Amino acid sequence: MSISHTLLGLLEAGPRHGYDLKRTFDERFGHDRALHYGQVYATMSRLLKNGFVEVEGFEAGDGPERKRYAITDAGVTDVGRWLTTPEKPEPYLRNTLYAKVVLALLSGRNAAELLDVQTAEHLRLMRELTRRKRDGDLVDQLVCDHALFHLEADLRWLELAAARLDRLAEELRR
Amino acid sequence: MTPPAAPPGTAAEPDSPAADRPLLRAAGLHKSYGATPALAGASFSIDAGEVVAVMGPSGSGKSTLLHCLAGIITPDEGTVHFQGAELSALSDSERSRLRRGDFGFVFQFGRLVPELTCLENVALPMRLAGTPRRAAEGTAGEWLARLEVSDTHAKRPGQISGGQGQRVAVARALAARPRVVFADEPTGALDTLNGERVMELLTAAARDTGAAVVLVTHESRVAAYSDREVVVRDGRVRDLGAGAAGHR
Ligand SMILES: Nc1ncnc2c1ncn2[C@@H]1O[C@H](COP(=O)(O)OP(=O)(O)OP(=O)(O)O)[C@@H](O)[C@H]1O
Ligand SMILES: [Mg+2]
Repeated sequence: MSISHTLLGLLEAGPRHGYDLKRTFDERFGHDRALHYGQVYATMSRLLKNGFVEVEGFEAGDGPERKRYAITDAGVTDVGRWLTTPEKPEPYLRNTLYAKVVLALLSGRNAAELLDVQTAEHLRLMRELTRRKRDGDLVDQLVCDHALFHLEADLRWLELAAARLDRLAEELRR
Repeated sequence: MTPPAAPPGTAAEPDSPAADRPLLRAAGLHKSYGATPALAGASFSIDAGEVVAVMGPSGSGKSTLLHCLAGIITPDEGTVHFQGAELSALSDSERSRLRRGDFGFVFQFGRLVPELTCLENVALPMRLAGTPRRAAEGTAGEWLARLEVSDTHAKRPGQISGGQGQRVAVARALAARPRVVFADEPTGALDTLNGERVMELLTAAARDTGAAVVLVTHESRVAAYSDREVVVRDGRVRDLGAGAAGHR
């Protein structure tokens, strides 16, 4: 996720202080991972240098979180371009799980058990997200659903891999 | 709800809390259809109020396990205990009383009685258990409302959508306040949104009434509504998280 475009996008609604930007980002998009203040300042100084934001004022006190940032016309254009450019779909071709299965088979370890344990771990997270969805609002639901559908896709692959384990082992032996 | 009297010759105490033993427990189940083994040493247990997902590939024996647990079919070998009473030791009429009073069922395509209205369908298990018509239909109406299908009251199953039928079936399974709900692919015929809503309503209602739910499904998003999952493979039940040593 592009942090600089997201922060810039938040500024389009009106100028904000550094701490306010961080808080809003965390609330809206942070979920389990809050931004570090360091990330915010580094991003804002880059945006300043590129002319996408300007400093509109200072609050009493010290430190970059007291700076009040406003988006420039160039910034608005940049956000617009970002929003209308489709994201490159993840190719998902390089995959740790697949590598683990192959290496387990090559080394004579129990690949079926590896798949089972991974399945249980995925299901545990899915159960937790389902609970969060139940107790949350529409925003939580959408975010959790996005994660749930991806985990479901992994699980389908795990199931398929388990069903084809013998054939895969045979091919690897050749 | 008054649990049925314990059958003679068992040590069952239906009124004692089920804290120290599972509500429903199966051990060493074997079942073959001719030469086809469907269950080969399956064991399973569920506590009161628990939702357990039963997963596994097609043909692995999930439905057969569920039917054995519910006393619909008798295993060739092995035992099923419900509240301390062994199902195979019960007479046929005791077993069907159990199925009517203590067990509720939801199947993939609802399986409602086509000649009855939806309200009558939901009231049916209560009527069979001896509840007077007005009381049974009053409760049935409340459950239809709870499942968000009050508008199906007077309609017959042939006049409603699949998703509505599934909700009516869940209402019917829960209205008689069973101790165990058996659900075999309850969302199998539904789209994602409807399936999720049915799962939400089913698990919320089960939580409220303290019913246990045995949930057969091959969909992980449906299984995620459970408290834990087991996997049926080659006629045996496995606990995934425990790895290879996880036979239960
Ligand atoms: N009434 C029956 N007569 C003969 N064979 C049966 C019968 N019911 C099930 N079987 C066989 O027993 C095995 C287990 O079937 P079961 O219906 O329990 O599987 P399942 O896990 O529920 O599958 P699915 O996910 O496809 O519903 C299969 O090989 C099936 O063909
Ligand atoms: Mg089945």
